Amino acid sequence: MTDMPLSPAASVPDRKPASLLEQDARTKARNAAEKRFRLYGVAAIAISMIALVVLLATILTGGAGAFRQTYLNIPVALDAAVLDPKGNRDPAEIAKVLTLSYGKVLDAAVEATVARHGIQIEGLSEKDIDNLISKEASAQVRNRVLANPDLIGQTVEFDVLTGGRIDGFFKGRVTMDSAARDSNTSPQQLQLAQELADRGEIVTRFNWNFLTNADASDQRPEAAGVGVAILGSFYMMLVVLVLAVPIGVAASIYLEEFAPKNRITDIIEVNISNLAAVPSIVFGILGLAAFINFAGLPQSAPIVGGLVLTLMTLPRIIIPTRAALKAVPPSIRDAALGVGASKMQSVFHHVLPLATPGILTGMILGLAQALGETAPLLLIGMVAFIRDYPAGLPSGLFDPASALPVQVYNWTQRSDPAFIERASGAIIVLLIFLLCMNVLAIWLRRKFERRW
Amino acid sequence: MPLSWALFASFLLAAAGYIVGRSRAFASAGPDVRKLHSRPTYHGYSVALTALLPALAVMAAGSILRLSGVLTVEAMPVAGVVALIAAIAGLGLGVMRIGQEYQARNVVERMVLGLLMLCSLIAIVTTAGIVLSLVFETGHFFQLYDWKTFFFGTEWTPRFQGNSQLGIVPLLWGTLYVSAIALLVAVPIGLFAAVYMSEYASRRVRGFVKPAIEVLAGIPTIVYGLFALITVGPLLRDYFAQLLGLGNSGTSVLTAGLVMGIMLIPFVSSLSDDIINAVPQSLRDGALGLGSTPSETVRQVVLPAALPGIVGAVLLAASRAIGETMIVVLGAGASAQMSLNPLEAMTTITVKIVSQLTGDSDFNSPETLVAFALGLTLFVITLALNVVALYIVRKYREQYE
Repeated sequence: MTDMPLSPAASVPDRKPASLLEQDARTKARNAAEKRFRLYGVAAIAISMIALVVLLATILTGGAGAFRQTYLNIPVALDAAVLDPKGNRDPAEIAKVLTLSYGKVLDAAVEATVARHGIQIEGLSEKDIDNLISKEASAQVRNRVLANPDLIGQTVEFDVLTGGRIDGFFKGRVTMDSAARDSNTSPQQLQLAQELADRGEIVTRFNWNFLTNADASDQRPEAAGVGVAILGSFYMMLVVLVLAVPIGVAASIYLEEFAPKNRITDIIEVNISNLAAVPSIVFGILGLAAFINFAGLPQSAPIVGGLVLTLMTLPRIIIPTRAALKAVPPSIRDAALGVGASKMQSVFHHVLPLATPGILTGMILGLAQALGETAPLLLIGMVAFIRDYPAGLPSGLFDPASALPVQVYNWTQRSDPAFIERASGAIIVLLIFLLCMNVLAIWLRRKFERRW
Repeated sequence: MPLSWALFASFLLAAAGYIVGRSRAFASAGPDVRKLHSRPTYHGYSVALTALLPALAVMAAGSILRLSGVLTVEAMPVAGVVALIAAIAGLGLGVMRIGQEYQARNVVERMVLGLLMLCSLIAIVTTAGIVLSLVFETGHFFQLYDWKTFFFGTEWTPRFQGNSQLGIVPLLWGTLYVSAIALLVAVPIGLFAAVYMSEYASRRVRGFVKPAIEVLAGIPTIVYGLFALITVGPLLRDYFAQLLGLGNSGTSVLTAGLVMGIMLIPFVSSLSDDIINAVPQSLRDGALGLGSTPSETVRQVVLPAALPGIVGAVLLAASRAIGETMIVVLGAGASAQMSLNPLEAMTTITVKIVSQLTGDSDFNSPETLVAFALGLTLFVITLALNVVALYIVRKYREQYE
């Protein structure tokens, strides 16, 4: 029967023998489908690229403002009668004078500056003039006076922070229209600010304070910075580095090199791959229940955050470490064993050093992930408002601190839109750290990676 | 902190033990060091470890007893002293054992192996910790609150003065709605991107696009959350919801879903990329050889062969979507309601865990403890998805190996 023509062939309608140069309808349809399919692929990639670009662009443009800050340069007459009522220049006495008194001195200084330039604006109230500067300014002046009591009685030039709305005006966030609807500012105030800027009294310049200042209260976004958050994140990364890396590497060595194939190691392996996929917030619940409620460690402390992130990062370090160990060819182990090394010696003297670049890469990427993690830290109280720097190591690990991603979240919950700018700025700082870590990881991989 | 001093002292003792042990080993070997069973450094390590390990064990036991309330704070210096005595005793024992016949290397290697094993058990301890803390507090919650109302209640109105309605159904609805939108965005885009990159893209395009998509994967979720809050949310509200008259809220299910979809694109695409690349080339060659176009090969040969793996990848993505927190906290809103309108704010399990557990919380009220029950539900759902997905992926991998 094999010689018989396949029967369905007869049922196919006779097709005109088409020219080789001309496609028939079916081929055209197939080629069109092919083109469409390719187009879908290109579209998918284009969408992801556009999403990436838009995401980064909005964060960068939104956050760039946080790195610039508007200052008002005014001569302040530090009135001895107000700031040192007893007149004996005793630092303890001066310290008793509250920021409120400094506020009055500053208000007078601002009004004097406006009067000196002879700026006349219709409908400008005294409140508008006084609110030109930040509420933080009085603390700024007070700190400088406390550091140097001899300044009292003199007239000193100060670069004080301007208020958040004025700052926003020079960055384009606040406009005359929005000011008219805003109870915290007025078009007249902005006009005044513009006049002062034209005379060179208000300047906008790079804002180092954003990187060093602590968080500030709701009313003064212009003074808020990420200093405490950076330090808190750094402490946590230190804890993760000290705990997760040795434990993770040790566990990987055991599982990859020594573990017998049995039920227990099987359970451990399934466990690790599952832990890597457990939602991060569940680790936060674990941290709250185990480290804070059970072990009694303090809330908001970097040590707790570090421990939680350690548990979360462990599987993410173990998986690449095992891959790196697996990539070392067995011939290395055999050679070591052949010249009389013990199994342990072959691993620690030969396999581990050869796997180091891969392990380091995995470690850095694991740390980078831990650095950006937010959700578990919210649950262990790191979202609290923290004004003070934690102490140095090691006791600083137990002091309340913030963390970069949590600081971002914290600022998004504030009502003043100026905090959104700060949040984007903090994200830029975070992304720069992540970029550095990733570049380092890629560089390590490129430089030391060996193909066997 | 006397325990930290004890820790410091035992490390010093261990270091001293290493030096003493090594020199004793040299001394016992006499002029010919080859008479020793092990190299002198191993004798040093053995002394150091016999000094350090008992002390660490005592300190660990002390801390655990302290945490479980058996020991008081006043007893901790005593524990420190005991630890120090253990270290000294260990040191003495270690030094005494040194001799030509003493198999220091074997002893050290056994101890190191034990340590390695201990480290690998931490993964199990973590899981046990998660399960225990969740189950324990959830049990506590169900003593205060009826479990039927929790699982089947359709109202979520926690009040801190008591008498709250804590039904999980609206939260579950929000979670599934957001996740479904996210998967609708991520799966087609991620899959097509993976197909294009593995089947069509030239080396140069691949070398540029693949890292760029990986950048998306490396961006922390809080960044996506902020993006949802300040860009996508207002955009959808102003140009979509208000024009269609469907809502007036900056946070919405669609906002969170879209942004989460973007976040999941690299996840889906890199997993599918691996899976598609694992399909043997011979299958493709066969299909192409029979005259199918590349797209027909992909649709009729490669994708069906990779289907189980892709299903696994989608399940993993779903588990990520359900457990994702920051995007929904900032993008989806906080009002627990069940509605079909994707432009309304709804809330998810993770959002409510955050809101019930942040701030001052009283761990005896059902309003706080409900977070643990929510956490357990979340853990069980994601665990089930992960187990099934990992099983499928693993099984699929074996098929072509």
